Order: sequence, then structure tokens, then C-alpha cells
Amino acid sequence: MNYFENDLTALHQALVNHDITSYDLTQQTLAALKETDQKVNGFLALNEEKALATAKAIDEKGIDPDNILAGIPIAIKDNIMTKDLKTTAASKILENFVPVYDATVMQKLYDKDLVVVGKTNMDEFAMGGSTENSAFKTTKNPWNLTKVPGGSSGGSAAVVSAGMVPVALGSDTGGSIRQPASFTGIVGMKPTYGRVSRWGLIAFGSSLDEIGPMTRSVKDNAAVLNVIAGHDVHDGTTVDQPVPDFTAGIDQGVAGLKIGLPKEYLGEGVQAEVKDAILAAADKFRELGATVEEVSLPHSQYGVAAYYIISSSEASSNLQRFDGIRYGVRTQNAKNLDDVYVNSRTEGFGPEVKRRIMLGMYSLSAGYYDAYFKKAAQVRTLMKQDFENVFKDYDLIMGPVAPTTAYGIGEDVTDPLTMYAGDVLSVPVNMAGLPGLSLPAGFAKGLPIGMQLIGQPFAETTIYKAGYAFEQATTFHQEVPTLGGND
Amino acid sequence: MNFETTIGLEVHVELKTKSKMFSPSANEFGDTPNMNTNVIDWGYPGVLPTVNRGAIEYGMRAALALNATVSKENHFDRKNYFYPDNPKAYQITQFEQPIGTKGWVEVHLSDGSTKKIGIEELHLEEDAGKNTHTGQYSYVDLNRQGTPLIEIVSAPDMHSPEEAYEYMETLRQIIQFTGVSDVKMEEGSLRVDANISIRPVGQKEYGVKTELKNINSFSFLRKGLEYEEKRQAQILLSGGTIRQETRGFNENTGETVLQRVKEGSDDYRYFPEPDIPPLHIDDDWIEKVRASIPEMPASRRNRYINDFGLTASDAQVLTANLEMSDFYEATVAAGADAKLASNWLQGEVSAYLNAEHLGLADTKLTPAHLATMISLITDGTISSKIAKKVFKEIITNGSEPKAWVEAKGMVQLSDPAKLLPMITEVLDNNAQSIEDFKNGKDRAIGFLVGQLMKQTHGQANPKVVNQLLIGELKKR
Amino acid sequence: MAISKEQVTHVANLARLSFTDEELGQFTDQLSQITDMFNELQEVDTTGVAPMTHVVDLVNVLRPDEPAPANPAERDALLHNAPDAQDGYIKVPAILDNGGTDAE
Repeated sequence: MNYFENDLTALHQALVNHDITSYDLTQQTLAALKETDQKVNGFLALNEEKALATAKAIDEKGIDPDNILAGIPIAIKDNIMTKDLKTTAASKILENFVPVYDATVMQKLYDKDLVVVGKTNMDEFAMGGSTENSAFKTTKNPWNLTKVPGGSSGGSAAVVSAGMVPVALGSDTGGSIRQPASFTGIVGMKPTYGRVSRWGLIAFGSSLDEIGPMTRSVKDNAAVLNVIAGHDVHDGTTVDQPVPDFTAGIDQGVAGLKIGLPKEYLGEGVQAEVKDAILAAADKFRELGATVEEVSLPHSQYGVAAYYIISSSEASSNLQRFDGIRYGVRTQNAKNLDDVYVNSRTEGFGPEVKRRIMLGMYSLSAGYYDAYFKKAAQVRTLMKQDFENVFKDYDLIMGPVAPTTAYGIGEDVTDPLTMYAGDVLSVPVNMAGLPGLSLPAGFAKGLPIGMQLIGQPFAETTIYKAGYAFEQATTFHQEVPTLGGND
Repeated sequence: MNFETTIGLEVHVELKTKSKMFSPSANEFGDTPNMNTNVIDWGYPGVLPTVNRGAIEYGMRAALALNATVSKENHFDRKNYFYPDNPKAYQITQFEQPIGTKGWVEVHLSDGSTKKIGIEELHLEEDAGKNTHTGQYSYVDLNRQGTPLIEIVSAPDMHSPEEAYEYMETLRQIIQFTGVSDVKMEEGSLRVDANISIRPVGQKEYGVKTELKNINSFSFLRKGLEYEEKRQAQILLSGGTIRQETRGFNENTGETVLQRVKEGSDDYRYFPEPDIPPLHIDDDWIEKVRASIPEMPASRRNRYINDFGLTASDAQVLTANLEMSDFYEATVAAGADAKLASNWLQGEVSAYLNAEHLGLADTKLTPAHLATMISLITDGTISSKIAKKVFKEIITNGSEPKAWVEAKGMVQLSDPAKLLPMITEVLDNNAQSIEDFKNGKDRAIGFLVGQLMKQTHGQANPKVVNQLLIGELKKR
Repeated sequence: MAISKEQVTHVANLARLSFTDEELGQFTDQLSQITDMFNELQEVDTTGVAPMTHVVDLVNVLRPDEPAPANPAERDALLHNAPDAQDGYIKVPAILDNGGTDAE
């Protein structure tokens, strides 16, 4: 079965009709992805044996005709805990770490009979926007193998984009689902903070992190969110409210919808083709019956600074537990306890992770807390208020996901400031805890351009409706990557 | 030069909830290492804390019992430091906004005066695991990791080691009566760190303080503080300066010893815990918790004096600990004479517990049995001599006293119809004693009673025997 | 406001990380640049603005005080994952100071 041509609805039909078994689908998927991934490098680990056993068990039980995800292969970002399946967060300090428990989202996927085929590459501990910060491999962009797939969920984005799996899970702290989705021409949703349980997601920025689906189409995306969303007693920051069927009424269109286009999102630094694509998308929405008007989010320009302070501060604390004492890699190079700490961490973390830890520790340290952490938390309040003001009059906000299309491998890696500046359009959504969707909206020199749709808290349904309407009215999502290196 | 001492105490109290502060593991330790632990206690990647409602309410209870104000809005913070017994490398605590502020306790001093000692704040936090050491290695047991704690920070209101000692006694007593902790220093459920400084009388600024840590009993606390007062005074008198340092107490020498010199302040990089939404505590919740607080010792003492007619000192002894106080009340409720129950608990029962190094709960004594035994004495069924045997039996074997006394034939012989023939026999055999009695030698009666007691193996009721004997003697 | 090498060393100590001299120099430059960017926040008037630490307005998310039964299999798995364990304990090179933090 070809994942470029068959969406979840088609796959489900084939499984229900016994045109194919889940076992055969899984076997074909594994065989094909092993081939393709030699070029893409999207997977860190495969779950071959167990995936086939699971698929077989699902076949024996029978495909539930009411469960669109039954028997469907899925790839999981490697910062999501999978019991008995190696989970490293692409870090040497967790090399060969095998979790003893499953993330809540994993339990939910297993309950719905999904088949986990493997764990995907990422920037170490989700810190980065190119997946180049992985300690283990460099993932390539299927549209051009000399380009980065984005990050940090670059592995998940690449394996979906290259048609290796129909769906994958990613995580998004400052754009880590949406930006790689944008760079690889797929659909990625960062749900509202509190919508999906973080239990079992290796924490980066605890007040920002969210798990979300990465798929080839908007409807597929909504179907996966249906499964992973919901209140969790293990995560006190999940919201206890019913989860709607995100696919229901997805085809209702955008007539009468009011969409705001922040002027700050098309300013300096945004590549011309990206700007053009977004303006064209605005016209498309108008054509479909929506209103699109310029709005303002005046504190946008401070988003990157505030985001890096808060996310790095939280990360500096969250990553202290990686100390070589209870799990993970302990240095071979220890004469005393202090050596265990310092050498395990120094040998185990890569440069970007160390940089973030240092930034965070500094922002929290005595004498700097007020100027950095507290100030950033205040600016965060203002950023959220900016959104609330716009949402008084508008249903959605649209804009680019990233200022540029995918850049070359190795291009930005030495300059953290340039790298961080690329997050300017994606971090405000995390800072305000809002849902944000990235979906294909054009191409520039053969590389995908992503559009971002931002909604009010828990208004994923509105986002999916608009995304679906745009997708149905355009053909960008039908393009197939070349797996070439035509630079 | 005369010095004034300033002491502030930081007290940690382990709450006896069923589960841990932020994880559902059982709140028990002491047995198999790491048995009561889970992925949360190990600080596994991806785990999240969930807050124990019981711990919050115990914290509120303690705050209210210590006359503190419960903060309507409070939250948890992270305190970051690396240590093998601290798995996340941060402790979840309350830094910015503790659950309780501005409380006080009233302490009784040996000169008969009372004094109010202020409490700055009470905050909730989690305990660390435990390390043990052998040779080149240390071993970490995380069973204790995550045990709920309240830290109670006093105001620097104490000016003598005695005040510090009495503060601890009072605090321990109040916390124990709230039921939130066992407050046993020997088991670590109560721990105290002391800050002490001295300054010349009249000086405004406090002197440099030293911190006294790892103290194992209240009396060591007092001795350590007494030593520290003298040590600091000697340094100042000899023209030296006090260093800010942490000191321990050597129980063998009675001296304090340097553990660590503090250089600057520690940098714990506190920030609000993002994984735990804040607490909003409304009046209804506070009142519900307040209503759940058991009666405090002061109120019980008043009741014992006013309702039971006990002396102030009896009431003081009976309320020294919750177990004794509860036992006393249950004994009275079971029908025992209040004064006699008080006497028995302070006398025979306490003597037994002290001799055997036991607590009440370790024995088989029940309030109902004690009450029954006391009424057996008052109604003359058993003599107080027999009562000692009965007491031994009911406290060691838990026998029902009435049944046991009857089974053992220990009931006092008070029936004149049974006693008279024996008395006649004794008189017949002791003509000399009758003679002595008639000559006014009262001693003779004692001898005759003794003979009768011998004959009845001590079961005859001496009072009845006495009366009958005098009657019979007069007839002769 | 440039960061000094000493500050970077201090923060590295807090973080339990060690750097070569060269790395230290590089980090000092980079952190200075990044904190320059951070300093742009000082332009924002935040007078009277409450800092946001939780993005969703949840309060009093509490769990009933009910203990989960001990799970020996999970304990074994946890000890198995430890780099060094003995007799049910996690084993580390000797702790040389006072032997415990208790909770401070």
C-alpha cells in the first residue's frame, strides 16, 4: 500500500475489506522503509519483531470497522517513553536506555490497535530546529537530501513525508512539530497545552511541551488527535473536559470565519516566497468565504528571547536527573561521586543541550532571576494577552510557520542566534499554550512552505475545519518528494 | 560583657499519609530497600508529580493547630541541587508562598512563666531518600523519597536553650495531637536544625549565627545550644569573630563540632514548579479541615481539671502524649473512676511501661479492661494486693479481668457466713491473743487477721474480717 | 552586559558540566550574545504584569491519598536499569560529606 495515495480512510477500508491484513501492511511498511530510510535516516530504532506480533494479534482479533486506526503502522519520536523499546531522546546519555513504562499516549495508541514500527530521530532532547543535534545521525529532508528536515521532530516529519509511515507522533516545545512539518510538506498539529498528556514525554520545557500528530493530511491528523487527546490523572496539567470528535464536521468549510493575519508575522526576515505563499493562502481563504484581515500581536518580537529564557530554565532543571546514578550512561571515568556527575553529564550531553542548560541555569541563578526568568514570565503574560485581544474579534490566526524553507545541512549549526531567530513565528503559540497547525501552502525551489493556523485554547476543531477546507481547495499536499539531492 | 542569645529553629515533620507527597507509592520505609518506589520516586524521564490531597490537608491542619494563617493562594517551587538521594536533582517545596504563615505556640518555662514563640511559616515539601555508606561506596534507598514533610520555621524568638527545648516539647505535643505525624525524633519523623547567635546586650544587629544540625534528641539540642552559647561567648570575649558555619553535636563529648563553613549563600535556582497547578484554598475548605482537628492538649487539660476533678499536674502528665491522653479518656468513658484511672495510668501503668521500655500500644492493656479492674477494686471484689496480680495479667496477656479473677478464684472472701466459722476456729486456737486483746493490746487484732489471711490464702476481705473479728472478740 | 569567563565557570559548576579552556571561551562568547538578545526584554514595560508560570488556569489538581501496592517486578526492572546496584540499593562512589541531605 502506498502512503502517498492512500490516506487513513483508504487504508482502513482496505483492512476492513481484507484486501490486506495488518500483518502484511506492517511487513510491507517495514521492508519499504528500511530501503527508503537508507537515504533519509529518519529512524533511530525499529520495532520489527514486536510490530509484526502486534499486527498479527490485531488481525486475529479482527479489525474494528469503527476504529479508523486499527492495524495502522505509526512511528514515534524518540523522546516518548516506550516500554521495552529503546528510548534515547537522541542523546548519548540515554544510549541503550530501555524504559520500564509507557507514555500515556502510547497506552492510548495500543488500546486503539496501532502498530508501532519504530522510534524516530530528533534533535537531542528536542533542542533544535534541524535534527542535526541528534547524537546518532543526521536526518535528510526527503524533498532535497542536502537539506535539513527541520526539527526537533525531524525524524517523524521525514518518515511521514517520504511515505514510510502514514502517521507519526512528534512533540512541540517551540515549533518542533510545526516547523519540520513545514519543511517537509506534511501536516503537523501542536494541540492546546493540557489537551494531550505529557506523562512519558521526556520533559524539555514543562510549561510548553505538547505531543501531537504528524500526518499527510488534515483529516488523518484529526483522527490521530482523537486517540491521543484527553485528561490524564498522571498529568495534573491536562484539562478535564470531554474530547470532541475532531473529524466530525471537518468538511463544513470556512464561510463566515474571521481570520487574522498578524502584520508581525510577515515582517523582516521572512523569505519572499514564504510571504507570497501566505498572502496567496489568505486570498484562497477569502475565496472560500472567510474574512482575512491584518491584525497585530505587538509583543511578537520579544517571543524568541522570552521563550529561550523560559524553555532553557525549565530544561536546565528537567535535565538534572540525567546524572548517571539511577539509569542511563554512567561515565567509565569516575574516581569519586563528583566525577560521576560531571563526567557522565559532560560526556553524555551534546553542545546544544549544554548551551541550553547553561542558559537556563544562568537565567535562574541568584541575582539574575528577576531580570531574566521573571521578566520573561511577565512578557509571556503580555504575549498571551495579545492573542486574547485578537481572538475577541477573530476565530483564527494565520501566518507562516517558519521564516524560510528548509536550509542546508550544516548551514546554521554553528550560529545559535540565527538558529533561534528561526523560531520567531512558532514559539508564541507555545508561550500562550494555544493549538497550532502546520499544513502545506506552497513550494519555493522545490522545497515545501508551511502555513500555520492558530486557534483559541481547545479550538482544534476550528483549525482542522479551516485546514481541511484549504487542503481540499489546493494541491500542495498531493506533491510527492523526490528523495533527490538537486541543490 | 553580657550577651543575649537568639535562637531560631527549623523543624521538619514527616506526615503520616498513606501515600507519598507526589507519587502513589506507599508512605512506608524501613524494610526492603527501594520496595516502596516507582518511576516517579526514581525521577524517571517523562514522569510527572501528582499532589496528595491528604498531605495538603495535613499541612493545613498543622498550620491551623499552630495558630498560623492558611495561605489562600500558594504553589510549589523547585529547589535545585544534585545529590544521590535526590533523584530529580530538585526537591519540590514551597519557596515563594508557603501553605501557612505567622503562627505561634505558647510554651511553659520552669520559672512558671509562659512565653509566646512566633512561627514564621510552614511549608510543604518532599523528603529525600536515604544513603548508607560502607568503605568506598554509598548505597541509595529511595523508600523515603517523596514522603510528605512540613517544615516549620520559627521566628528568632527564643533567647535560651531552655526556651528552645520547651518550644520543641510544645510543638511535638501539638503536632502529635493533630494526628498528622508520629513526631518521633528517634525514627526521624521529627527533625530539628537550630540557628544560634549571641550579641552584646543592647546591640541592635544580630550576631553571626551558626547552624546546629543532625541533632538526635531534645536534650542534645539543649546541650548543643548551651555549648554553642559558651563557645561563641568565649570567642567574642577573646576578641575573635564568629564564622558562619554548620556544626554537629558530639553526643559523647557534649561538644559541637565543625561540619561545614558556609561560603556565601547556596544557589538553589528556585522557580515555580510548572508541572503542578497552584492551590487555591477557600474558607469552606479551611473550615472543613479545622473541624477535623482533634482536641488540643490545652483544651483537654482544662476538661480534666473541670470535669474530672484532676489536679493541674495530673492533667499535665496525662496530656503529655496523645496515646496516654486518648487511653485515659477511653478508660473513663468505659466507666472507671476518673481519679483512680489517673492514678493507675500515672502509677502502675507508667511504671510498667518504663520498666519494659514499651508504649501503651505495645501492651495488651485495653481501656475497658483497666476500667473493669478499677471497678473490681472499688466494689470490693478484689483487694488492692490481688489487683497487682490482675494488672500484671491484663497488661501482659490481655485477659478479661473479671473472668480471670473468677477463674483463678481470686475473688475476695467477704461472706460472713463463710468467714465466721474460720474466725471461730482461729480464736479457739489463739487464747493468748484473746487475752492480749482484752488487756488492750490492739496488736493482737493484727495477728489474728494475719492468721485468717494465711488460712484463706490472702483472699479474705480484710475490712470484713476486721469487723467480724472485733465482734467475735467482744463476745468472748 | 557581557558574561565573564568566571560566571560561565560558576554556572558550569552549578550544572555539573566541565569545559576545556577553548570550549569555555566559545561558550562565554555565545552566552554573551544570547544574553544580549535576552536583554531586549528590558524594553518591555512589565509594571504590574503578573508572571505566567502556568498557561492553563487549573487549580487544586489533587490525588486522593490512596497508596498503590508495592510492585516487586517494577522494582527489579528499575534496579536492573541502574548503572550499578547491589542488594536492592543503587550503588555510587562514596558520598564524602555529611551523609544525607534529608530535606533542607
